[in-house]
Amino acid sequence: MRLVDHFELGLDAPICLTWELTYACNLSCAHCLSSSGRRDPRELTTQQCEAVLDELQRMQVFYVNIGGGEPTIRPDFWHLLQYAVDHQVGVKFSTNGARLTPERARFLAGPACRGYVDVQVSLDGATAEVNDYVRGPGSFDMALAALANLRDAGFQDAKISVVCTRHNIDQLDAFQALADDYGATLRLTRLRPSGRGADVWDELHPLPEQQRVLYDWLVAHDDRVLTGDSFFHLAALGPADGSGTLPGLNLCGAGRVVCLIDPVGDVYACPFAIHDEFLAGSLLADGGFEKVWRESSLFAELRSPQTGGACAKCQFYDSCRGGCMAAKFFTGLPLDGPDPECVQGYGEPLLAGARQVPAASQDHSRTGPTRNQPVMLELMTRPPVSSCAESPLAGFAP
Amino acid sequence: MLDETWVLDPSVALRPEPFGALAYHFGNRKLVFLKRPELVDVVRRLDAGVTVREALAAAGVPEPSWPAYVAALSGLVESDMIRRAAA
Repeated sequence: MRLVDHFELGLDAPICLTWELTYACNLSCAHCLSSSGRRDPRELTTQQCEAVLDELQRMQVFYVNIGGGEPTIRPDFWHLLQYAVDHQVGVKFSTNGARLTPERARFLAGPACRGYVDVQVSLDGATAEVNDYVRGPGSFDMALAALANLRDAGFQDAKISVVCTRHNIDQLDAFQALADDYGATLRLTRLRPSGRGADVWDELHPLPEQQRVLYDWLVAHDDRVLTGDSFFHLAALGPADGSGTLPGLNLCGAGRVVCLIDPVGDVYACPFAIHDEFLAGSLLADGGFEKVWRESSLFAELRSPQTGGACAKCQFYDSCRGGCMAAKFFTGLPLDGPDPECVQGYGEPLLAGARQVPAASQDHSRTGPTRNQPVMLELMTRPPVSSCAESPLAGFAP
Repeated sequence: MLDETWVLDPSVALRPEPFGALAYHFGNRKLVFLKRPELVDVVRRLDAGVTVREALAAAGVPEPSWPAYVAALSGLVESDMIRRAAA
């Protein structure tokens, strides 16, 4: 049996566990996977979080990807980080940088963290204009300040985590230059139509010709760029024999090697699938994380052999395995058919046809406008023809 | 390599899995798959301080397969999972 077959059947514990500590966030990114903004009053207490970490230690989940919301907003974040590290659970946490002061950066670089901590600073544009369009005004400067603090504190190899969109595919070299400036590693991930991402996916997801640019860039830089196994749907841009596949497992790990614990202790199949349809159970109500991981009927189903459905007859099926389940679900496509961004073009007619995008099953977005929410308006690329041109026919010369 | 002694790096933990084990290095954050239970057995025996040759023999690995195991162990050396035992 190949290793990948073992993964498809599921492991005794996840390899890649994401834990969102809070739905609270200082930003309101247009494409937030978890529709974060407001804290949920049912969020796990410090003691409950420690119990989760004890269990992860017992299960030998070697590291956990902590996110949110903005995890550093939790007053006990730094305590939980220390607790995890002291219990042989390494931490990779994602942040927008808001709380990464010089003092915190020195703590992260210092002996207390024993090098078990990895920091991912989110940046979705290599310029303020592109970044702040989706992440909100001031978020570019905030992320760069955090990266500078990490670098100046001697923190080794921070990550710059980029969601690839239509607006930033042409900035890949600029992102790499930024990463080099800060002694950081670039991490590129796929834009998912999950959470608030569903509202902006049509506008932001890379165009077909950009997928090719992205794939070529990934292949050319595969020794220095991280992807979190995000782009396996692009594998079919390589040769049909599978030899051009990108590094990584190139399979959907949902419920098999991947899962998500949300801030209230609900366990979902993957971080991109916060929806009742992919809810495996609750670690509070169902007897702990290990029990949910091993006994959930949803996970049993995800670990059973898949047929490939409409994709089974495609010669590239072994490369992309039908793509991302969450991307299909949240765009209203059948789960046993092609990915909406299928590089063979099988997704496009489905997207153009009749489809029902599922309603969100939860939303922690802020209800009122906030100081730094993204505006999502195109900036003018040309100055007005004259300073008082108000006529719709100004500048029009028949 | 056969007559050398190699031990797990102190920052490395092994997690048993149906196919063998996962090895994780907390320091460099590398994750490596030990794809055969026999290899896991060899690595655990090595950690007790015996030579590679002794570990392979004790784990019941037939001699014709030793080069493949030495290659796998060399891979673990490259990712800093195992290191030379202090003399």
